[in-house]
Amino acid sequence: MNLLAIETSTEACSVALVHGEEVIARSELAPRRHAELVLPMADALLAEAGVGRHALDAIAVGRGPGAFTGVRLGVALAQGMALALDVPVVPVSSLAALALEAPREDAAILAVIDARMGEVYAACYRRGDDGTLQPLDTERVCAPEALVLPAAEAWQVVGSGWAAYAEILRERLGVEPLAADGACYPQARHVAELAVREFRAGRALPPEQALPVYLRDKVALTLVERGKA
Amino acid sequence: MDNQQFSKPVLGIETSCDETGVALLRWEPAAPGRGLLAHTLYSQIKLHADYGGVVPELASRDHVRKLLPLVREALAEAGLTPADLGGVAYTAGPGLVGALLVGAAAARAMAWALGVPAIGVHHMEGHLLAPLLEDDPPAPPFVALLVSGGHSMLVEVAAIGDYRILGDTLDDAAGEAFDKTAKLLGLPYPGGPALAALAGQGRHGAFRFARPMTDRPGLDFSFSGLKTQVLLAWQQSDRREQTRADIALAFEEAVVDTLLIKCRRALATTGARRLVIAGGVGANRRLREELAKAGQQDGFSTYFPRLAFCTDNGAMIALAGAIRLAAGQHQGEAVQVFPRWDLETLPPAD
Ligand SMILES: Nc1ncnc2c1ncn2[C@@H]1O[C@H](COP(=O)(O)OP(=O)(O)OP(=O)(O)O)[C@@H](O)[C@H]1O
Ligand SMILES: [Mg+2]
Repeated sequence: MNLLAIETSTEACSVALVHGEEVIARSELAPRRHAELVLPMADALLAEAGVGRHALDAIAVGRGPGAFTGVRLGVALAQGMALALDVPVVPVSSLAALALEAPREDAAILAVIDARMGEVYAACYRRGDDGTLQPLDTERVCAPEALVLPAAEAWQVVGSGWAAYAEILRERLGVEPLAADGACYPQARHVAELAVREFRAGRALPPEQALPVYLRDKVALTLVERGKA
Repeated sequence: MDNQQFSKPVLGIETSCDETGVALLRWEPAAPGRGLLAHTLYSQIKLHADYGGVVPELASRDHVRKLLPLVREALAEAGLTPADLGGVAYTAGPGLVGALLVGAAAARAMAWALGVPAIGVHHMEGHLLAPLLEDDPPAPPFVALLVSGGHSMLVEVAAIGDYRILGDTLDDAAGEAFDKTAKLLGLPYPGGPALAALAGQGRHGAFRFARPMTDRPGLDFSFSGLKTQVLLAWQQSDRREQTRADIALAFEEAVVDTLLIKCRRALATTGARRLVIAGGVGANRRLREELAKAGQQDGFSTYFPRLAFCTDNGAMIALAGAIRLAAGQHQGEAVQVFPRWDLETLPPAD
């Protein structure tokens, strides 16, 4: 199968192409330049693999959580491509993609993205015996101090949340993580990996149903809430 | 660009503020309105009403939910599939950056996937060209009065794409003045159309407000003082329903009269014989009537879009985009938006 994956929900902008058994990708740490980069990256990958746009079977996208604008950019691009090509979209959690950056097999994974405003997006996973990623809880947005973590003997931490809140997160974990990287981001090659499984499991969606997941859903106060009505 | 491509329909996408608009238009130079194949619109007014104004983040979120269903609806209405498209046009600015980005990204990605050109359209050029969708479309040169939620401008149009701003607002835009004044009078958001409806019940001569900046030369506008006049009049009044309607009428008369005086001046200055009116306030019945009447008196012709194409819509974007695509213009693969964008910097469209 041929699948194109886009991930723009954090500082890293990346595109990956699954072509048969092969996965090739482009990735750049390019805050605020994502909108310029995605389509040229996609072109480069298709050219490298010798795959035409019309040979794509599905578009995958990191649907968040992450920066609102970045999440929407990725989703809108994926929706537009998929509608035009008449193929489905496979939306994938950007936290799950981030978790696949974790280096070890033998420790639970805390994927944590700095959500600004004193909060983080977070979710925990472990690697199953078959190598697949298994969620240990559900993704959420909260203050790092308020993170409630599932029980695990050993931990590894990935994502910008570690860069912002290492001390607090150490306390929440209760142990020193075996590995911790605050400078890694969700990548399209991992969005692609997760999406291929989803696609094969029949969980691809019509493009208009592939929507962003922001987690932070209260973004403004109504007149009533401001006491003005 | 081979013009063959532009016998094919162009998809137009508008997401600059709080309406999602989509249209399909086949470029017909002699009668652009005949080429309009479908248009669909979703207004977010209800969504923002609880907040007392447009919340940019919520607007962006809604565009991403509504855009594709609207595109599907328009395609179905026209009996087309994406593969039938010859190009994709989208509003690239001015507007809310997050909202613009949704339309631009989806549009750019569709064009990329289809291997057809994409063009970013200036929202105000869209408004300005909307009257071309009607029968007997105006040909340049003409003067355009652009009166919307964010703009009040008089523009000299020497040719499509050749714009000179003759006058601009120094503070509130005309539509903004309608909305803010409506709020002062206790009308629900967004007040403009409600205020105009209320004015229909007003009695002439009960109140009179000054016509701002008409006593000195120049083509600029200023509407914020008018708002203050209204507030004072309302606070000092008996606040009865009839009084409210009387004040609404006096306000509407002051705005319309001010616009009329400046339009006459702009026509005199430029020597133009055609006046084009566009933007949301162009839906105002009194404005339409007064300008048409003045045209008959002075001997200039007036051109208005139909009411649905005064406020934001996809048809005007499809039209402006089709004109530029047919002229061989298009964008590269970078998804670019321009939240602030000067109309005068546009290239000519031929
Ligand atoms: N009948 C009417 N009388 C007066 N004002 C009206 C009427 N109908 C709509 N408006 C005003 O038109 C404005 C909306 O027009 P439009 O959609 O063109 O503006 P916008 O897109 O928000 O701003 P811009 O185009 O400048 O970015 C609002 O301010 C509204 O109050
Ligand atoms: Mg507008």
